[in-house]
Amino acid sequence: MKNWRNHIGLLIPLLVVIGMVLWPVLTGNVSNREIVFTILKAIALASSLNILLGYTGYVNFGSIVFYGFGGYVGLYFLSEQGWSIWASLLVGGIAAGLLAFTLGKAILRLRGAYFALATIGINEAMKALVNNLEVFGGPIGMTLNFSVYKAYGGAAKALEMSFYIMAGLTFAAIIVSYIIRISKFGLGLLAIRENEDAAEVMGVDAPNAKTWAYVISAIIPGMVGVLFFFKNGNVEPHVAFPLHSSVELLVMVMLGGQGTVLGPILGAIAYQGMRGYFVTSDFFKDIQLSVSGVLLLLIVLFIPAGAVGWLRQRFPTLRRVLV
Amino acid sequence: MQQLNLLLTSLPDGILLGFVYGIAAMGLTLIWGVMNVINLSHGPIIALGMFGTYFLFIQLGINPYLGLFLVALLGLLLGVFIYIVAVQRVIDAPHLSSLLATFSVSMIIIGIGTAVLTTSPYNVDFNMGSFRLGSTTILGTRLIAAFFAFLFTGGLYLFLYKTQPGKFIRAVANNRAAAELMGVPSNRILALSFGIGTMLAAVSGALIATFFPFNILSGGSYELKSFVIVVIGGLGNPIGALLGGLILGVLEGMIPAFMETSWVPVIEYALFVVILLVRPNGLFGAKP
Repeated sequence: MKNWRNHIGLLIPLLVVIGMVLWPVLTGNVSNREIVFTILKAIALASSLNILLGYTGYVNFGSIVFYGFGGYVGLYFLSEQGWSIWASLLVGGIAAGLLAFTLGKAILRLRGAYFALATIGINEAMKALVNNLEVFGGPIGMTLNFSVYKAYGGAAKALEMSFYIMAGLTFAAIIVSYIIRISKFGLGLLAIRENEDAAEVMGVDAPNAKTWAYVISAIIPGMVGVLFFFKNGNVEPHVAFPLHSSVELLVMVMLGGQGTVLGPILGAIAYQGMRGYFVTSDFFKDIQLSVSGVLLLLIVLFIPAGAVGWLRQRFPTLRRVLV
Repeated sequence: MQQLNLLLTSLPDGILLGFVYGIAAMGLTLIWGVMNVINLSHGPIIALGMFGTYFLFIQLGINPYLGLFLVALLGLLLGVFIYIVAVQRVIDAPHLSSLLATFSVSMIIIGIGTAVLTTSPYNVDFNMGSFRLGSTTILGTRLIAAFFAFLFTGGLYLFLYKTQPGKFIRAVANNRAAAELMGVPSNRILALSFGIGTMLAAVSGALIATFFPFNILSGGSYELKSFVIVVIGGLGNPIGALLGGLILGVLEGMIPAFMETSWVPVIEYALFVVILLVRPNGLFGAKP
């Protein structure tokens, strides 16, 4: 970072997230902290999804599979083997990465809608498989023994610690997203998005680049899964692999602007904020989903580039700042 | 021997269900074949078809099989409406746009449906008797449902191959630019295809409602089954979808004879991914 002016694009995302983290810390309000936790989780997952969706142009409809799978593996070691949360986080991330690596080589050969369908199939297959695995508790899932939290100074302390770990993972996701965006590797991904065949002719090793993008987009969701189920104290198949959450993540990325670092962050904040408002408002409570649907439809039809993408198109001078 | 017996009792049911799955999948595959759009509002429309039967039968006392044609008509109109509002603008956009546009339609339907109909189960209590075939009992409702599924398939086939709008649809599916040059009103044909696709989904829902309980979210599992079937039969191949439906129905009838029922979805989805990878044009499609 010799010349910080070159990295001004990272500044805004970091400041936004620092502001989010500081808000509950300064006010000392526990319910605010839970709200921010949910938003940070969405930011970390959406930023990871953006690496494959926004940069590489592959529509991943089942990105939540890494969150669920990593979470399951991590919680297994945490609960059945007595590992610490740190080791479990690591093993959850590695498991998700390995899953992506194994699947990637095979399914990334598919393009467009075929790839999107395959990712749906993988998520559903994994959910059905975990449902049958006795090691993972089958349909009941796994519940943490309350004594697990003792090692971290009791449940309340463990919850607080989870919040800071979540903040750390979110920062990691943003920095990874930014580094890829400005690196040569990222340039290769963008070339694949625009025209995969042309990119290969120009010397981009597309199969490898795609696989690594897939693996990178899997690791942090795997760790987020471990953390979330650790905080919740249990995991069940239908909670770990919700297809509709995958689509919500897609919506966040679209809303903010796919292929940008800031876009998924703003999209996640806007979407979660809106949802929080609708769920609690008397008027929208029942038809919350419909209102979100109408908004999504309007965005897809009229501003397909998302908020950040639209600003970049409209005001070219902002392009240096909004990366 | 016990397994064989179990197989013989569950197989006919599986085959009859397979026909009904088949016409749901046919709607999905027709839309894909004509306009390269994966319709993610397929499931909620199946659920609307189920409620169509429910309201016509319970509220108005119309026989479900007569009501079927009304449901079909409403499904057609709904499809054309969805096309005009949500799909038309994104038809040439990248896949993500059309996927999300149809998904937003699904969110809207489910949101309104949950608010109005709640998510508690509904049931159409309709009995058409049953008869024994060897060691197995076949429900009349399922036999009639399979018959109607067959009828609609035949009708679709005649429509696509013998009428002018049908030929237009096939021309647009083949090459839209060329069809436009020949004077085919492609936008209207696309709207019609989308309408027929949702009509088939609604019809399958209306038939399923005569033998299974349902709620507004029930369409989801049939939508996923439709994906599996469509991939088995080849994306964009309506007749393949019927065969794919039969294969899935037979699998669902067979697997419980050898292992626990909870393994059925594992095998279905694994098969789905493997076929996508190995034969993306389906089992009956031409080699890629």
